[in-house]
Amino acid sequence: MKQQLEVIRKSALEAITAAAASEELEALRVKYLGKKGELTAVLKQMGKLSPEERPIMGQVANEVRAALEAAIDEARERLAAAKLEQQLIDEAIDVTIPGKEVRIGHKHPMYKALDEIKEIFVGMGFTVLDGPEVELASYNFDKLNAEEGHPSRDWSDTFYFDEDSRVMLRSQTSPMQVRAMETMKLPIRIIAPGRVYRKDEVDATHSPMFHQVEGMVIDKGVTMADLKGTLNAVMEELFGEGTVTRFRPHHFPFTEPSCEMDVQCHKCGGKGCPTCKGEGWIEVLGAGMVHPKVLEMSGIDSEEYTGWAFGMGLERLAMRRFKIADLRLIFENDVRFLEQF
Amino acid sequence: MNLSRKWLDEFVTVTADDRTFAEEMTLSGSKVEVTEVQGSDIENVVVGKVVSIKRHENSDHMFVCMVDVGAEEAIQIVTGAQNVTEGALVPVALDGAKLPGGIEIHSGKLRGELSDGMLCSFKELGLDQRDFPTAYENGIWILSDDAELTDLAIGQDICDAVGLDDHVVEFEITPNRPDCLSVIGLAREASATFDAPLTLHTPVVKGGAEGSLVELLDVETPASDLVPRYTARMVRNVKIGPSPKWMRERLRAMGVRPINNIVDITNYVMMEYGQPMHAFDYRYVKGGKIIVRRAAEGEELTTLDGNVRKLTANHLVIADETRAVGLAGIMGGLNSEIVDDTTDVVFESACFDGTCIRKGALSLGMRTEASAKFEKGLDPMNTLPAVDRACELVELLGAGEVLDGVIDILNYVPQPTVLALRPDKVNALLGTDVSVAEMQEILTKLGFGVDGETITVPSWRGDVAHYSDLAEEVARFHGYNNIPCTLVSGETTRGGYNAEQLMEQHLGTVCRGMGYDEIITYSFISPTYYDKIRWAADDARRESFRILNPLGEDTSIMRTTSLPSMLEILSRNYNYRNKNVRLYEVARTYALGGEDGLAIERKVLTLGAYGDTDFFTMKGMIDAILGSLRCENVRYEAVKDNPSYHPGRCAAVYAGETYIGVFGQVHPLVARNYDADAQLYCAELKLDALMAAEGSDPIYTPLPKFPAVTRDIAVVCRNEVTVGQLTDCIRRGAKGLLKSAVLFDIYQGPGIAEGCKSVAFNLTLRNDERSITGEEADADVKSILELLESELGAVLR
Repeated sequence: MKQQLEVIRKSALEAITAAAASEELEALRVKYLGKKGELTAVLKQMGKLSPEERPIMGQVANEVRAALEAAIDEARERLAAAKLEQQLIDEAIDVTIPGKEVRIGHKHPMYKALDEIKEIFVGMGFTVLDGPEVELASYNFDKLNAEEGHPSRDWSDTFYFDEDSRVMLRSQTSPMQVRAMETMKLPIRIIAPGRVYRKDEVDATHSPMFHQVEGMVIDKGVTMADLKGTLNAVMEELFGEGTVTRFRPHHFPFTEPSCEMDVQCHKCGGKGCPTCKGEGWIEVLGAGMVHPKVLEMSGIDSEEYTGWAFGMGLERLAMRRFKIADLRLIFENDVRFLEQF
Repeated sequence: MNLSRKWLDEFVTVTADDRTFAEEMTLSGSKVEVTEVQGSDIENVVVGKVVSIKRHENSDHMFVCMVDVGAEEAIQIVTGAQNVTEGALVPVALDGAKLPGGIEIHSGKLRGELSDGMLCSFKELGLDQRDFPTAYENGIWILSDDAELTDLAIGQDICDAVGLDDHVVEFEITPNRPDCLSVIGLAREASATFDAPLTLHTPVVKGGAEGSLVELLDVETPASDLVPRYTARMVRNVKIGPSPKWMRERLRAMGVRPINNIVDITNYVMMEYGQPMHAFDYRYVKGGKIIVRRAAEGEELTTLDGNVRKLTANHLVIADETRAVGLAGIMGGLNSEIVDDTTDVVFESACFDGTCIRKGALSLGMRTEASAKFEKGLDPMNTLPAVDRACELVELLGAGEVLDGVIDILNYVPQPTVLALRPDKVNALLGTDVSVAEMQEILTKLGFGVDGETITVPSWRGDVAHYSDLAEEVARFHGYNNIPCTLVSGETTRGGYNAEQLMEQHLGTVCRGMGYDEIITYSFISPTYYDKIRWAADDARRESFRILNPLGEDTSIMRTTSLPSMLEILSRNYNYRNKNVRLYEVARTYALGGEDGLAIERKVLTLGAYGDTDFFTMKGMIDAILGSLRCENVRYEAVKDNPSYHPGRCAAVYAGETYIGVFGQVHPLVARNYDADAQLYCAELKLDALMAAEGSDPIYTPLPKFPAVTRDIAVVCRNEVTVGQLTDCIRRGAKGLLKSAVLFDIYQGPGIAEGCKSVAFNLTLRNDERSITGEEADADVKSILELLESELGAVLR
C-alpha cells in the first residue's frame, strides 16, 4: 500500500507540474483527490490493514494528500500568473495613437496680459474699477486739466455723440481717476482697465478701439519715488527680475511732474536694434504726480494730499509679451490665433 | 522739430557725440527721435580738377576727361555732359562711391574707353536747385563757377566742400514747451543739460533808411482780444535775390526750402527765435494801413499756396483798408506776396491767440509751421527781438535798408509770474532731498529769476505756474533716474475685485473649461448690422448712440446687442475653414437713457459655436453655467418670435422669475447674411441677471443613508407634448419619494402610433429617513402614471 501511495505521489506530482491550463489542473485534482479519485480509492483500502499499520499508513496518506494539494495550489498560482501575463500582452495598445480630444478654451492674449497686471496690483492693495466708455467730455478732459483748445479734444481725434462735444467715447482711461476721486474715500489705490477710443484708422499698430490700464494712488505723503518704486516692481513682475527701466520727463495735462517709462530693449540689451528702433529702450507707459489742479477740481486738498497716476496701453504690452507682430490679429479673433495662448 | 547742431553751436558749445547728445537731451526732457548725419549717404566723392578733355573716339557726344583727384596720377573719366571745361573743379564719384538713393559707382568701360568714376551733377548728390541757385541744372556741377564755394581743395571730400556736413537732430517737443520749437529754446535746454554757458545775441539794427515809419504805416488791432501783441518794422529799397549759402544750408538742415533772401530771413528768424514772422510787399498794403480784424462771414482770401479760402468770423485776418492780405498766424495772402520786384517790405512779428489760430487752421485744413507754433501759445515778449533780428539780417545780407522805429502794439499787460520755491514741498513731492542751492542753480540756468525762494518765471515759460511745475524743473535736471525708488507706504488698503468682476472671471473660467475661446470685438457697429440680424425696422432696440464723426459707417453706432459682433467672428472663422469653433465674450452693450446723457452699459455673456455644437450641447453648456452659479428653478421656454433665431430652435432661460437670456440656432436667413452655410448657435445671457440669479453659498446636505429604488417608465403620448411638460407632471405626480426623473429615450416608429412618441424616464425614489419597499416605490410610480394619463394623455407603453 505504501508503494501504491508513492506511485500516486510521483505520477500525480509529475502531472500537476506539467499541467498547462487551469482546466487540466482541475481534472487532475478530481482524478487524484476527488471522491472517486485514486488517492481516495487507496484510502478506502485502509480498513483492510492491521491496527498497527493503520496510523502509519494514515500518516503517509495524509502526507501525500498535503503534497498534492500544495502542488495544485502552486500550479494554480503559476497558471494564473501566466494567464495574466498573456492577458497583458494581448491588451497592449499603440500608445502613440492620439488621445481622445478634450477641449479647453483659451483666454484672449490681451486679457491674459491684463489679468497678470491686475493680479500684481491687487496684491499691492489696489481696487479694480470699471467705468463708462460713453463718457462726459468734462471727465475725459476738463477735470483732467485738458482745457478747451487741447488738441486731443479735436473732432479729428476723438469720437463725439453731440454737436456740443459734451458726450464722447472716452479717449483714455484717465477719467476713472476723477470718478475714483469723486466717489471713493481716501486713501485711494485703484487700477481701472478698459476700452478707449481714438480716431485712428486700422493698421498694424493702430485701432480705433484699444485698451488701457489706469492706475492711481492718493494719500498723504505720496512721492514720485513711490511711483518709480511701484512701477519698477510691476515691470519686474511682468518682464522678469532684473528688468532695467528708465524714466524720462514728459508732459500730460493732468500730472506734474510727468514722465514716460521705458524698459530696456530685451532683444539688444540697450545697444539699439530694429525692435527698439535703434533707441535701446521701449516706451511702456506714461505717468506722473497727479496735478494739484486735478486734485482740487475733484475736491481733494492738494496741500494735504498728493498722488501719482499712470496709464499704460495694453495692446502694445500684450504684443510685446507674446511677440505678436500685427495689432489686427488681436481683434480678428481667428481661433488659430486664439488657441496659441 | 529739427535742430542743426552747427546752428546750436552758435549759442552753446556742446562737444558730446550724437548718441550722448540724444540720450542726455532725452533724459532732461527734450526727447530725441533720430539724428541724421547729412551726407551720410554719400561716400568716396571728392573735389576733382579737370586736367584735359578730348572727344570720345567712338561717340559723337561723349568726352574723355583726365581728372586730378589729389592722387598721384590723374584718373580717366568718360562723361556725356557738355558743360565740362578744362580747369573746372567738379564733384567726382570715385570707383566704389556711394550716392543718395543707394546708387554705387564702379569703374567700367564706356564704348571701349575706361571710366574710373563719374562726374556728378548737384542732383546726383541729392541737392536741389534751391540749395545752389547758380549751379547749372542740366549738366555737371562746376564747383569753381560758384563764387560762394571758396577754399575748395582738390581731393577734398565733397560733403565738407559744399557744406553738406551738418548733424540734424529731430526732437519730439511736448505741447507745453513751444519755446523749444526754436534753436534758442533748445540751446537753453542744452546749456542746462550739459552745463555749458549759453551765449545769446542781442540784435543790433543800424537803420537810417529814408522816410518815416509813422507816416508810411499805421496798424490797428480791432480784434485786440485775439492779438496780445503786434510788432512791425519796414525795410526799403529791397533787392530780392537768393540768400547766402550759410543761410540756405541752415534752412535746409531744419527742413525748410530756401526761396529768396526776404522770405528766407523770416523763416530763419522763426527757426532761431521760435517766432513766426511774415513779410508783405508794402505796395499792396492799400492806404499804408494794417488792420488785424476778424474776417467777415464769407470773406474770401487766396493764400500763398494759391487756394481760395472762404472765411468766417472765427478767422483772424491781416487786412488793409480794402481787403484781407493774410490769414493771421497761418499763411500770407497771394495778393501781398514778396516777388522779384518787391522794393518795400513790412515785417510782421506778432503774437496771436493760440486757440483762435488752432481752430482757424483746423477748419481750413491747413496746419502750417506758423500755426503749429501759435496754437501752443507763444511768448509775447519775443516779437520785438525777433523783428529786430530780421532787420539785422537784412542789413547783414545787404538785402535792403531798414527804416528807423518799430510799431509795437501791446494789448496785454506784461506781468511775470512770481512763485515761491517751497523746497520742502518740492522734496516731499519728489521723494528726494535736493538742496535749496541745487534747486536755485537749476532754475537759474534755465533763465528763471531766483531771489532766495522767490522765483520769477521767464516770459517764455507760460507752462510754469505752481510749485509742482518748479518741482518738475528740479527733477529734470537733478535727474529723474536719480530719484530713489520706494514702495507705497501709509495706510494699507484691501483692494480686490467687485462682484461683477468676480462674476466675469467665474464665467470665463467655466466657458474655457468647456472649450470656448475668448474673443474681443469692437463696441461700435454699423446700423445695417441690425438688418443683418433681422430686427424689424421699428424695433426700439435700434435706438443707439450714434457717433457724429465716425471713422466709417461700419463703426458708427454703439451696439445695443452683442449678437452681430459674435456672428461676424463666427462667420470669419467659418470662412477661414476653422472647424468646431466655440467662442465667448463678456461684451458690453450700450443703451440710451443713462444718467447725464450717458449710456446704460450692460454686459452680456455671449456664446457662439458651430460644428460639433447643436441645440442640446448649447443647452447643456447653459445648464452647466447656471449650475456652477447654483441658480434655482431654472426653466426654458420655447421662443418662436425672435427674428434672429430659428423659430423652432430657440429658448428663453429663466431662473425663477428672472429672465436670464436667450439662446438657440441662429436663423438660417441670418446665417446666410453672414455668409455661413452652417448651423450657427448663439446664446446671450445677461450678466446682471446671472448675478441676480446666483444661488446662495452652498450648505452641505447629508449624503443618503438609505438605498434608493429605481424604476424605468416609458409612456406614449402625442408628439406635441413636450418633455418639459412630462417631467413637470412626473414631479407633481409623485407622492414624496421621487428624487430624480432622467430622460433616457425618445422613440418614434414601428410599434408607436402615427403622431405619437414613446418617452422613457429613469426614476429614482428614496426616503431619507428609512429604507423603502418595492411596494412603496410602485405606489409613487402608479400615482405618477395616473397624473400623466389624466393631464397629458400619456399612457404606459
